[in-house]
Amino acid sequence: MPVPRPLRDIAVVAFAQSDHRRTSDELSEVEMLLPVLHRVLDRTGLRTGDIGFTCSGSTDYLAGRAFSFTMALDGVGAWPPISESHVEMDGAWALYEAWTKLLTGDADTALVYAYGKSSPGSVRDVLTRQLDPYYVAPLWPDSVALAALQAQALVDAGDTDEPALAAVASRSRRAATGNPHAQLRGPVPQGDYVVRPLRTGDCPPIGDGTAAVVLASGERARELCERPAWIRGIDHRIEAHGLGVRDLTDSPSTRLAAERAGAFDAPVDTAELHAPFSSQEVVLRRALRLDDSVEVNPSGGALAANPVMATGLIRIGEAADRIRRGDSDRALAHATSGPCLQQNLVAVLEGDPR
Amino acid sequence: MAEVLKAPLVVEFPFTRSLGPVQSAFLSGLRERVVLGVRGGDGRVLVPPVEYDPVTSEELDELVEVAPTGTVTTWAWNHEPRRGQPLDRPFAWVLVRLDGAGTGLLHALDAPDGPGSVRTGMRVRVRWAQDRSGAITDIACFEPYEAGEAGTPGEAGEPAPHDGRFADPVTGIVAPARLDYTYSPGRAQSAHLRALAERRVVGERCPSCRKVYVPPRGACPTCGVATSERVEVGPRGTVTTFCIVNIKAAHTANLDIEVPYVYAHIALDGADLALHGRIAGIPYDRVRMGLRVEPVWPDGGGHPDHYRPTGEPDADYETYKELL
Repeated sequence: MPVPRPLRDIAVVAFAQSDHRRTSDELSEVEMLLPVLHRVLDRTGLRTGDIGFTCSGSTDYLAGRAFSFTMALDGVGAWPPISESHVEMDGAWALYEAWTKLLTGDADTALVYAYGKSSPGSVRDVLTRQLDPYYVAPLWPDSVALAALQAQALVDAGDTDEPALAAVASRSRRAATGNPHAQLRGPVPQGDYVVRPLRTGDCPPIGDGTAAVVLASGERARELCERPAWIRGIDHRIEAHGLGVRDLTDSPSTRLAAERAGAFDAPVDTAELHAPFSSQEVVLRRALRLDDSVEVNPSGGALAANPVMATGLIRIGEAADRIRRGDSDRALAHATSGPCLQQNLVAVLEGDPR
Repeated sequence: MAEVLKAPLVVEFPFTRSLGPVQSAFLSGLRERVVLGVRGGDGRVLVPPVEYDPVTSEELDELVEVAPTGTVTTWAWNHEPRRGQPLDRPFAWVLVRLDGAGTGLLHALDAPDGPGSVRTGMRVRVRWAQDRSGAITDIACFEPYEAGEAGTPGEAGEPAPHDGRFADPVTGIVAPARLDYTYSPGRAQSAHLRALAERRVVGERCPSCRKVYVPPRGACPTCGVATSERVEVGPRGTVTTFCIVNIKAAHTANLDIEVPYVYAHIALDGADLALHGRIAGIPYDRVRMGLRVEPVWPDGGGHPDHYRPTGEPDADYETYKELL
């Protein structure tokens, strides 16, 4: 049975992102964020004071700067006090919170932004701090190591092999040649093992970047955007937290989120997947039942630019932009968080019939 | 533009965490070279054991003892170990299903013969740490155990029930965490810090509302626009409000500051936002709103060590009432 439509029609009406770069020493987070916030507001003609709700996603651990998310609020112009919230997660989950806020009717427009500045620290080690603090974090298994365990499980199951992973990596960077914001574009060597079986090419670039989205409901969305990307469904689900409890070759949480978002009710023409490692695209394609008729990651995906905490929001923004430009009529956007696709969010976006 | 400032930054905490009854039994067991699991609602034995069922979320308490031997279910070769990881020579990360368990335990496998000697399905056993305190690191790592057939402590095929009781049980862990950064404060704060080194205080003016922010953060929090026009303010200023600190600092650089002392909001001349600093050179009970002060610079520059009275007449309340 098809999933019923949300209570209110809510759409992505604008999206902006920074150029994602290996370092941004000369900029604080708010300095990096400001131009993107201005660009996304300019695209709608809205000013800060017109926005009903603001929600952001980031983590202070990345740059080691305490309360960076409150300082980033300076960039919004949060005084006099605005209606605002923050999640210590990828901005896709901030968008989910903003969507629920709009569903309640408390607001008609929302600004969602996310930023990640990985360059000051060692993101592989920083991400160990999100793991189970009793049994896992004391061993300091870095993010590449955990993804490699998942990749080997896929190889053992016959679901992929190193050449297939290399093909995912090269297809992603080739697609990114059309994306001026991407950090890695064109041919990138597969390189040596980082943690076997994953090679440099299977891993996302490390870098800094930011992204912002404006949501609007109903007629407001049509006023602000010629072709809004209507959120037909959005849902997020989580796996059991013990890595050894899970079947790492599958992603039941992605499948369930997709079901609840109505992803399987009709075919999509585009999918923006948040797969930081090539092997994770293999898992996601199967969980989401994507065949060759679907264009996967035309932006290049997380393998072309991975500003941690913003990468998932960028997937939603890229999918929405394709609908706005008329390149897509029905797109799926996916975001992930945690090790080995621990948590997954799926959104289904549609343009008005042409 | 001058080159941005950079400095090493270490963020380090010992996290003290209390344990639930299942975690306590498991970690106490490791200290005694016993590996415990817990039976889940679906009959699976979960190792490491969890407090709540991952499927039903029911509270779990049926502990069993599993074997210190097991089978690798997936692995990844780590040729460059990182700080804090279990071994400081190349090793394999592994998920190991211990004999009697239905789930995998993450740990390191010491495989001196290299990645060619590791495969999914290989038999391994626990290598215990010499010094054990009740932590996951009481398992030093796993090691190959090709001779070993699957077995359980009781050799009965089923893991043996265990009451989870140990003398002097572990009730908490202290998990040290350290992350290293190269901190760069960005454009606006770099300029501010460079000026401080020359004993000047430089803020930035908002192009929209014209307010001058000190220290500058690069954006006007009211207008949400970038600030860029640099403005030198002070060095003199006015105490707008203050408090009297009666608790001596427990550590860090403030140890030699005697209590009570005064900590104040100070509006530097020309600034539209008060900053804060310590007031000295005057008895603490003589400090008052409107007191005129100036910075006392440390040798070599940097942030003012404190502010002291200038001797000028007090400022009129009307001149600073918006800057409290």
